[in-house]
Amino acid sequence: MSVFKDAGHLFRFAGLFVLAFIVFWAIRGYVVPKSFGQYGHYRGNAIGEIAARSVHFAGHDTCETCHTDVLDVKKNGKHAHVNCEACHGALAKHADDPASVTPPKLDTAVLCVRCHATTAAKPKGFPQVSAEEHSTGLPCETCHQPHSPAMVAGGAK
Amino acid sequence: MSGVEGFMYPNEIELHWSVLIVLYPYITGLVAGAFILASLERVFNVEAVKPTYRLALLTALSFLLVAPLPLQLHLGHPERSPEMYFTPHSTSAMAMFGYVYLWYLMAVLVFEIWLDYRRDIVLLSQKTKGMTRWIYTIMTLGSSNISKRSLHIDERVGWVVTLVGIPSAFLLHGYVGFIFGSIKANPWWSSPLMPVVFIFSAMVSGIAGVMVIYMATTKLRGRKIDMRCVDTIAMYLFYTFIIDFSLEMLDLIHRIYEADESFRSLDFMVHSKLFFSQIVLQIGLGTLVPLILLGLTQVAKLPELARKRIYSFAGALTLIGIFAMRWNVVIGGQLFSKSFLGYTTYKMSLVTKEGLIVAVGLTLLPLGILWVLVKLLPPWPEDHATQGAAAD
Repeated sequence: MSVFKDAGHLFRFAGLFVLAFIVFWAIRGYVVPKSFGQYGHYRGNAIGEIAARSVHFAGHDTCETCHTDVLDVKKNGKHAHVNCEACHGALAKHADDPASVTPPKLDTAVLCVRCHATTAAKPKGFPQVSAEEHSTGLPCETCHQPHSPAMVAGGAK
Repeated sequence: MSGVEGFMYPNEIELHWSVLIVLYPYITGLVAGAFILASLERVFNVEAVKPTYRLALLTALSFLLVAPLPLQLHLGHPERSPEMYFTPHSTSAMAMFGYVYLWYLMAVLVFEIWLDYRRDIVLLSQKTKGMTRWIYTIMTLGSSNISKRSLHIDERVGWVVTLVGIPSAFLLHGYVGFIFGSIKANPWWSSPLMPVVFIFSAMVSGIAGVMVIYMATTKLRGRKIDMRCVDTIAMYLFYTFIIDFSLEMLDLIHRIYEADESFRSLDFMVHSKLFFSQIVLQIGLGTLVPLILLGLTQVAKLPELARKRIYSFAGALTLIGIFAMRWNVVIGGQLFSKSFLGYTTYKMSLVTKEGLIVAVGLTLLPLGILWVLVKLLPPWPEDHATQGAAAD
């Protein structure tokens, strides 16, 4: 069959493709995790690994079991729906061992402006200030009670 | 904040896509355009452009090899990029593009070049000595059959590959336009015309690129430029350019007439931040001037020297103009806020991973690769004729 003889080089080139495909498939089999695609377009084992991670956040219910005094101040104020750990950070370790793990003291001059600095992107009704003009860098808690900011601490707002 | 006017959302201030992402569609476009020029000879039997056929194929390959590098340099973890091939997601345009790229590289360009050069490769593997002999012997894939019948089969198969290559080239560059055109959150990009505009601008840049490279290399080799060839290329460049320019103007007129909520913001940007790169460089110097010059060669009987100068000048301006077009698409699309109330500034770094020096290096790298390829596989018509005579 002279056609096959004269087209032999084409089969060699096609052989290169087959070889490349086999190499690709072999590498793919090696590098793609076995659990990939088990539930969707991700590694199935990732769910178990994530679930096995230690918990960092205690949740506000846990905080409120001890800090009832703060809850009483907070529940009627503007920050009633702001979770404790939104400002104080993840404190599961403190909840597990309150005596030896003490949460760090927060700097309200830095913390409050994360939400309350003036930008055009925020809704008009949201309380926002230019910290430099409003307080000249003083900590917000000098005048405001952070757990219920509408209340005035120290006499002036 | 320096460089910011009006209101920008925080994540819009710094541009995420730098000059390297400008280079990516530019280089890919040169590939598609160069291949389409090569296909003119092969499929449409335009004999006049034959002297550039092989050069166009090698140019396309050189640029195609460099095309993914800007993307790799842009990635924070380039070593993760093969995952796109191993676990592709059907909704990822980039993953699908990866396959289009591989298909185009191996099944179209490398295969076509191999088929076209096979006789030369076999002859060179017998004539040369030492290391080069080994290289050519590997390239023959162990087959030294250059009988008339086998070369006839190569010719027929090559024709089919080129035929398949034309839609592949369209797909390759259409996809680049598609990636931008499908970003519906960005009114500067989101347009179904984007893939079509990208394809035609790719053809323009590729044809201009090969024309300039052919004229420069012929001059450097001290040979005579085939005027029938460059006249024909310039004619195709002119007509393709008219279609490209018409499509871009159609897009512009459509935007002006539609005047949606983004229009005032985008219009202001074109008249301020993008005035130089869009109005002056892309439309003025990069499109209208070359169109007028090329049009002049079509209507007036100019002497050979004048035509050569016009082609070189218009070709270079075209390449700058198409680069400006990519710049205006990629950078322009990130300069305005989604709030339509503000603008930011792109400040190109110099020596960083995505800086100017790397960008210049990546632009020159394909020319270096082309130099090696040309040494290995001479594309010159006279060499072809000599070796053809030797084979006979």
